[in-house]
Amino acid sequence: MFRRYPVPRMWEEMERLQREINGLINDGSPSRLQIAPSFPAMNMWTSEESQVITAEIPGVEPEDIDISVTGEILTLRGSRKQEEIGEDIRYHRRERGYGRFQRSVQLPFPVEAEKVEATFKNGVLTIILPRAEEDKPRKITVKST
Amino acid sequence: MSEGSKEMEVQKQEVITSEEGERTKEGTVYVPRADIYETEDKVTVIADMPGVDENSVDITLEKNILTIRGFVQTQTFEHHTLSYAEYGVGDYERSFVLSNEIDRERIEATVKNGVLRLALPKQEAAKTRKIEVKTA
Repeated sequence: MFRRYPVPRMWEEMERLQREINGLINDGSPSRLQIAPSFPAMNMWTSEESQVITAEIPGVEPEDIDISVTGEILTLRGSRKQEEIGEDIRYHRRERGYGRFQRSVQLPFPVEAEKVEATFKNGVLTIILPRAEEDKPRKITVKST
Repeated sequence: MSEGSKEMEVQKQEVITSEEGERTKEGTVYVPRADIYETEDKVTVIADMPGVDENSVDITLEKNILTIRGFVQTQTFEHHTLSYAEYGVGDYERSFVLSNEIDRERIEATVKNGVLRLALPKQEAAKTRKIEVKTA
């Protein structure tokens, strides 16, 4: 995802090439979906000021979602409860999963941990992570003497 | 996934365009994952439709074909660009053929946290009747 640790030069170059080729095919927009390594799948929106992460987690209560940020790592934990159903039932279909989930992602920059905001609406989680003040790009004015 | 026997699926499934024709609206349509179970007096359908609320869901029952549709507002964030995507956002659609006679007047639907729950009560006549076998 967002790799910040040093990678061997050759891989760096190959990744750059791949990005370039993908860019040519997709004209820059990430229209091709990446495969999520684990539940839930996430989408990321980036600006210079902040990072927004969205995830679809239907059927989970907001209080069963736990979000924590340490440095540049965001960890999302939660669980979807299995609903209690009576004895005398017959399943026609069971496609919906349940249970615990946990996922950590690397953020593109350090964030203001205490200013992170999360909302949960209609089963969609939105996390807004403002970039750390000291990490923001600074405009330097050139003074004339 | 300690206590669960069924893990949560990560990837959404797209609707394959049916032979009846394409939709007029652009965008991908997804198949909501569903649980369906039957009890003595009703059939319950539970479908995962994140992004859908009680006003953006459409349920029709024509003859014995139940169709559920959910319309999703695409989210965008001002001054942000989608830098990385693992899931697509789009409407939902799925149809089921019901084998029971359903009492149309008493169908109940609720949506909570992006999950549609549909209670389809069976018609009185359709409820299981025990048939006694008489000895000749």
